[in-house]
Order: sequence, then C-alpha cells, then structure tokens
Amino acid sequence: MERAVRLKVNGQEHRVLVPPHRTLLEVLREDLGLVGTKHGCELGECGVCTVLVDGEPALSCLVLAHEVEGHEVTTVEGLATDGQLHPVQRAFVESGALQCGYCTPAMVLVTKALLDRVPEPSGEQVREAVAGVFCRCTGYVKILEAVQAAARRLREARA
Amino acid sequence: MLRLPAFQLLRPATVAEATHMLAELGPQAAPLAGGTDLLPKMKRRQLQPRYLVSLRGLRELRGWSGSPEQGLVLRAGCTLAEVAAQPAVRSAYRALAEAVAVCSNPILHRMGTLGGNLCLDTRCTYYDQTEHWRQALGWCMKAPGPRTPEEVPCRVAPGGSRCWAVSAGDGAPALIALGAKVRLVGARGERVLPLEDLYRDDGIRYLDKSPDELVVEVLLPPADGLRSTYRKVRRRGSLDFAALGVAAAVRQDPDGTVTSCRLVLGGVASRPLVLEEVASLLVGQRLEQEVLERVSEAVYRAVHPMDNTDFTVLYRRRTAPVHVRRALEALAS
Ligand SMILES: Cc1cc2nc3c(=O)[nH]c(=O)nc-3n(C[C@H](O)[C@H](O)[C@H](O)COP(=O)(O)OP(=O)(O)OC[C@H]3O[C@@H](n4cnc5c(N)ncnc54)[C@H](O)[C@@H]3O)c2cc1C
Ligand code: SF4
Ligand code: FES
Ligand code: FES
Repeated sequence: MERAVRLKVNGQEHRVLVPPHRTLLEVLREDLGLVGTKHGCELGECGVCTVLVDGEPALSCLVLAHEVEGHEVTTVEGLATDGQLHPVQRAFVESGALQCGYCTPAMVLVTKALLDRVPEPSGEQVREAVAGVFCRCTGYVKILEAVQAAARRLREARA
Repeated sequence: MLRLPAFQLLRPATVAEATHMLAELGPQAAPLAGGTDLLPKMKRRQLQPRYLVSLRGLRELRGWSGSPEQGLVLRAGCTLAEVAAQPAVRSAYRALAEAVAVCSNPILHRMGTLGGNLCLDTRCTYYDQTEHWRQALGWCMKAPGPRTPEEVPCRVAPGGSRCWAVSAGDGAPALIALGAKVRLVGARGERVLPLEDLYRDDGIRYLDKSPDELVVEVLLPPADGLRSTYRKVRRRGSLDFAALGVAAAVRQDPDGTVTSCRLVLGGVASRPLVLEEVASLLVGQRLEQEVLERVSEAVYRAVHPMDNTDFTVLYRRRTAPVHVRRALEALAS
C-alpha cells in the first residue's frame, strides 16, 4: 500500500509516496535524486550504501523508507556547508584516500559518525569503524590516514 | 537493483497485538526486527512473506534488567551493539560479549537485534544465492521455487529426505553455553524454555515454535563464577558467518577442578550442537593437557559437518577440536 511518507533528509523535510517494500536507498536515489549514496551488493555486505540515521551509520539497502519516518537521515550531500567541504571530506581529498570514489561517501559518513562520538580514536577504533565498508581500490592505508587527519582537523577547529 | 518483493507492513503497538496479527495471518507473515537477515533473503526470493509485522515500535522489547548476581534479562529488541556494550555482559557473560563482537560488522551491529539473531534462518551454499542462480540449478528442498519440496532434492545429500542447512548464528551457541532461557509470547500465552530447546535438527523447520510466537526475552542465570569464551572460524576478520563457532563455559573449584562445563558448537549442524558427553569428560578434572587431549578426540568424533558452507568439510571437522581446545586453554589460564 503506497502511502505518503515524511522523510527528513539532510535537515530538509520531504513527502514521498512510497510503497512499504521500497528501501531507503531506492527512495534516496530514485525519488529524491540524492545519488551520492551508492548501491553495491544491496544485501548488507559491502557498506557503500551507508547513510547516517540519527547520527549513526545504517545500511540504506536494508532499511525500509517507511521505517525511518521521524528519524533524521544524513547523506553525503548533507555534509558540505555553504559550498565548503566538511573537514572529513577535505581530509579524504588531501590524504589521497580515494581512487574510484565509489566507497567514499560511505567512508566519509562512518568517519563522521566515529569522530562525533570519539574525537581521538585509536587505530583499532578507526579500523573497526571502517570495517563495514568495502574499498576495492585504496588498500585502506590512505583511508586510515585520512580518518586520523580528519580527527586532527576537527580537534583543531574545536580548540 | 536487487529489489524487495511487494508486501504489506504492519506496525503493531504492543507485543500482544503483534502476536495476534501473526496468528491471524499464519505462515504468510513474518516478524521484522532489524531486517538484516530477513530483507536480504527476501531480495533473493528465498523467503517471500506477504506481510511483515514490524517489531521496531515495541517498547516492551527494549532494554535489559538484572545483574550478574541476580541473573540478567536482555530483551529481544536490543541491538547487538547494545548487548556488546552492556556492562554485565562484558564482565560476567564473556562468551556472549565475544560472540556478538565477532558477529557481522559494526554497522550491522547497530541494526541487527538479539531476537533476530536467535531466530536467524539456517544457511547453505545452495540456498544463500540469488533466485536466478537457484533456478539455474533447479532449486532445492528448502526453497523449491515454483515446485514442491517433494519434487526437488537436497543438493548436499540428494538421496535423503531432510535439509542440512546450517545454524550459523553467533549468539545462540554462546547463550546456550551460558545456560540461557528464552521467554516466548504467542497469541495463546507465554512459555519459558531453555534456549537449546528452541532449535530443531532440521534445516527447514529449524525453530521449535509456532509462527505467532515471538522471542521477547533472554534470561541469563546468575553468573556465579562461570567463566566463558567464544571463538569463531571464518575467512575474513569481519562480516563472514561462522564456518565454526565454539562457545565454552566452565565453573571451577579454587584448586582448578572443573565442577560444571558446557560446550556448544555453531556452524556444524542445523541447530547449535550441544556437546554434553564431551563436556562431561571435564567434570572432576583440571584443564590439563592429558584431559584436553581426550576432549579433542571426542570432539572430532562428535562433529560431522556437511559440505554446504565455506571451507572444506575435512578442514571444518579437523579444526573443531583445535578450537575447542584453544577455548578451554584460554579459560584455564
Ligand atoms: C553481511 C551480513 C553478515 C552477517 N554476519 C553475521 C554473523 O557473522 N553472525 C550472525 O550471527 N549473524 C550475522 N548476520 C545476520 C544478522 O545481521 C544478525 O544475526 C542479526 O542479529 C539479525 O537480527 P535482525 O534483527 O536484523 O533480524 P531480522 O532480519 O529482522 O529477523 C531474522 C529472523 O528472525 C525473525 N525474528 C526477528 N525477531 C524475532 C523475534 N523477536 N521473535 C521471533 N522471531 C523473530 C524474523 O522473522 C526473521 O525470520 C549477518 C548479516 C549480514 C547482512
Ligand atoms: S541443505 Fe539441501 S535442502 Fe537444505 S538448503 Fe542446502 S541444498 Fe537446500
Ligand atoms: S549496497 Fe547496502 S551493503 Fe552493499
Ligand atoms: S576508492 Fe574505489 S572503492 Fe574505495
């Protein structure tokens, strides 16, 4: 049964007609045109569809759009402000932590969620945070460096 | 895109309402918790319920109570991340903390629930595939496509009349080793049973409960000096299901003599395999080399995996005694 669902994405309210079997990933990409969220396996394995729901990473391919009504969804499009990249995004660019870029939106979001909770993460915490997202290009080393660079940037910005 | 089949989403406000919906709709309906097992299986058309009864809004399924001294109650709607972070679980019920930590990955931990973990579908190389893959093979008994189960063989043991799909969840072996019980609530009442009795040795009908019964609580007995651990064999350090899970729990006298022991394996049978006889070899003994040697031999004799998960059967059978032994050695030190 199709129903109008109110979705709050990147601070903006949307009303979308959605049948219950459509996933958040499908609605973000196909109804809202937010194609920054990537689709990969669609089975919960690769992590590239990660968005933040109430600030915590969630796999949008396994979340029903109907089930996130009343929750805040953040996608990669919601990070930059006034045309300025978010410090985490800048750290990824400057550390060379992306090649094809397919995993990058998810990597950036899991990094943001981690650093919002743990401003000074250990190497182990960083590896754990990114463990849910596959990168087939970088070999992860640059990504781990970028997360630490982002942590430094955010700490400096706060100081 | 791999899309979900159409279904209706029902959102009960209470457990009672949910169980009545499930009773009325029968096998056409399934409870939806975190959806991390159910939704991928629906995308692959392994399961196609016409109604999903969402448990997400049920406050009765949230949270926990108790303590290691009194016994701990974990409600079924707790996420795996919440279970792993629970202080009593971390301090007194280590096997559970360790099992949850090696389940799936940190993103899935925040989505998947304890109840869903205990009711996880069984797994098989010939079943956990897309619809096209399974159709090309001609289906199998557990998911017979357009045919009936009687018309299609099991692809692992074609001559037989049963399904050997494997119980591969990490939570169940750990909780069984810890002596946990579960509270089920159905449309006609509730019951409490030892967790091991929830499982049947059948890859298709793997849960011994009616479709309207929900797992609402996991009840852990007082820890009372119990020491426990969980080990997992899988190809990658994250994400993969257990090719083997080993949960061990022992209680010892001050001089190291074992007074009680539970050993439970995951990933080797259609239900968590409780090694009662093997564990009894340890009672009255200390965890010393000679005893561990005998235990290893007994584990090897007790484990008969089928060729339907990752790794070869021979490797899985040979690795089981090794990991049981390592688990016991970890508890001895
Ligand atoms: C890539 C990937 C890797 C994974 N790796 C692991 C792993 O290593 N180990 C592991 O154990 N699991 C793993 N899982 C499975 C899953 O994430 C967890 O087991 C999770 O805890 C399942 O909970 P859920 O709430 O998402 O279940 P759901 O998918 O919502 O439900 C699972 C089943 O249980 C039923 N159900 C749910 N709640 C109840 C209830 N309260 N009462 C009765 N029935 C109920 C549902 O109808 C369904 O049949 C993995 C999943 C994915 C996608
Ligand atoms: S064990 Fe046999 S019947 Fe069961 S899922 Fe595998 S192939 Fe199918
Ligand atoms: S697309 Fe969601 S996990 Fe792969
Ligand atoms: S940069 Fe290509 S997948 Fe990560």
